[in-house]
Amino acid sequence: MSAPQIHIETLPRSIQLVLLLGLAALVAFPFVGSDFYLAMVNRMMILAIFAMSLDLLQGVSGLVSLGHAAYFGIAGYVLAFVTPAGEPISLYTSLPLAVGGAALAALVIGFLVVRTHGIYFIMVTMAFAQMVFYVFFDNKALGGSDGIFLNFRPDAVLFDLENKRVFYFFTLGCLVAVYLFLRRLLWSPFGRSLAGIRVNEHRMRALGFGTFSHKLAAFTLAGALAGLAGFLWAAQTGFVNPELMGFHMSAHAIMMVILGGMGNFAGAIVGAFSFEYLLHLFKDLPQIGNFNTGKHWQMWMGLFIVGLVIFAPKGILGLLARAFAQKEANDA
Amino acid sequence: MDFINFLIQLLNSVQYGLLLFMLAAGLTLIFGIMGVVNLAHGSFYMLGAYLAWSLAGTLGSFTLAIVVGTALSVGFGLLLEKVLFRHFYHRDHLDQVLLTFGLIYVFEELRSMLWGDDVHGLQVPQALSASIALTDTLSYPVYRLFMSGICLLLALGLYLLISKTRLGMKIRAGAFNHEMTEALGVNIKLIHAVVFALGVGLASIAGMIAAPVSSVYPNMGGQVLIMCFVVVVIGGIGSVRGALIAALLVGLVDTFGKVLLPEVSGMLVYVLMAAVLLYKPEGLFKQ
Repeated sequence: MSAPQIHIETLPRSIQLVLLLGLAALVAFPFVGSDFYLAMVNRMMILAIFAMSLDLLQGVSGLVSLGHAAYFGIAGYVLAFVTPAGEPISLYTSLPLAVGGAALAALVIGFLVVRTHGIYFIMVTMAFAQMVFYVFFDNKALGGSDGIFLNFRPDAVLFDLENKRVFYFFTLGCLVAVYLFLRRLLWSPFGRSLAGIRVNEHRMRALGFGTFSHKLAAFTLAGALAGLAGFLWAAQTGFVNPELMGFHMSAHAIMMVILGGMGNFAGAIVGAFSFEYLLHLFKDLPQIGNFNTGKHWQMWMGLFIVGLVIFAPKGILGLLARAFAQKEANDA
Repeated sequence: MDFINFLIQLLNSVQYGLLLFMLAAGLTLIFGIMGVVNLAHGSFYMLGAYLAWSLAGTLGSFTLAIVVGTALSVGFGLLLEKVLFRHFYHRDHLDQVLLTFGLIYVFEELRSMLWGDDVHGLQVPQALSASIALTDTLSYPVYRLFMSGICLLLALGLYLLISKTRLGMKIRAGAFNHEMTEALGVNIKLIHAVVFALGVGLASIAGMIAAPVSSVYPNMGGQVLIMCFVVVVIGGIGSVRGALIAALLVGLVDTFGKVLLPEVSGMLVYVLMAAVLLYKPEGLFKQ
């Protein structure tokens, strides 16, 4: 029914080099960029963590979740609930609480959804995320449709997260740590069995792997990492609302992973940065005559996505790898 | 809750359930036969509602608007199938999700460019604007009965089409074994186009007849799409009978939930879905 996607799991030297250059650029950025772009790049890094967490499901295990934003949002809300009105809360209690909350939600929902396959999985993850959305949307006690403001970023004692640059480097640290952790995981026995489940779940079961528990563990871990991203998002923006766990947020995450290239986590990072940049670009388009092209950004985004599926289903890294391979072939 | 109130809620839930069925039937058929997950299905519902609103204004008649609107949406469905969807039947589900999500954006903006971003109301046609008095204070609008009637008629028509006609036989054969059906000389491409256009037509008609009750507004397809997903998951993908039963079930749970347990009503339908998943992960009537 669904053909297996072709994956770039091992990154060619050339792409590794590009990633290192990117990291250097991210480290240097706070010293050259303006406050506006600093905040934007910070958001991009958070979304990159979010996209990587989804890639663990979508790219590695072949589980397309259309409700991943639920765990992103839940962690943000947990931070909003535990932050008192008059003082900051310690990072070392709020972070585990938020990530734990997201992981718990993912465990419970995962228990129900990982028994489904393919298209069912897509629909069911989406429906449960929508349920979570309505729980927060309908209940005034949980902030309702307006959401909740956070007056303080978490207090880290050793460093000051209220400082924009410090928060930027804290996010960058999380990004690098999550990337290295997931790359390590990809080549661990656990990661290999997840890849096996993607390729042929029946065979994996026949070989004696408990595919249910593997998938549930992956779902929970992905939820927890999405929670880390949601925690950072709430801390940065100082505001949470139900939109954070909405359908569009989930779909955007899928888009990021595809745009970059699935199954290697580096693609998810590249995709998150490119997607957010494109969104910014489209929303910022100039007025042409009496036609406001920026107001209709959804049109350009929609056409871009449709074009992407038709012309570059392997994403940016896929294109890059092909370009590099071609160059090597020409040089040889 | 006394009997009259119960009756009103029951009629409402049946009406809502039947409306959901119109959408879910198309969704489940398109998936069952072509293997395509269509997130943009809610957009066809929105298209129908906007067509009804704008055509009723131009043509001056609601009936005429429905007839012309149906023809336009079926034509739109055929075009869309030919240009885009046809090439995605054998692609990965992920690509289909992506394509149809992109289409939601495109359709929303087209709607915004064509018809603007305002909320519009549509008058219930004169002939159907009466209410049937049930007691001194309570009454039931004729138009809602008319909606249920239309949906029932179409459901019956769909049943007859699929189980009693030659075309329906070919559709079922195509769903069962695509290659074999083609090898037997059936023009499977035509069957696919017909099924797709049928799904678009049903969703659009649902939007048109719902327009006077629900009003016409941007993003109206999103909410209804997710409900349809729930219906399809509960009923079992590909099963039209399952979709009908699941839609009525969802209608009942949603309507009575809002009356009896308003605090948790938003969640109840999803709890129902979770319960079904625990009991039968493939839906109640998996084919």
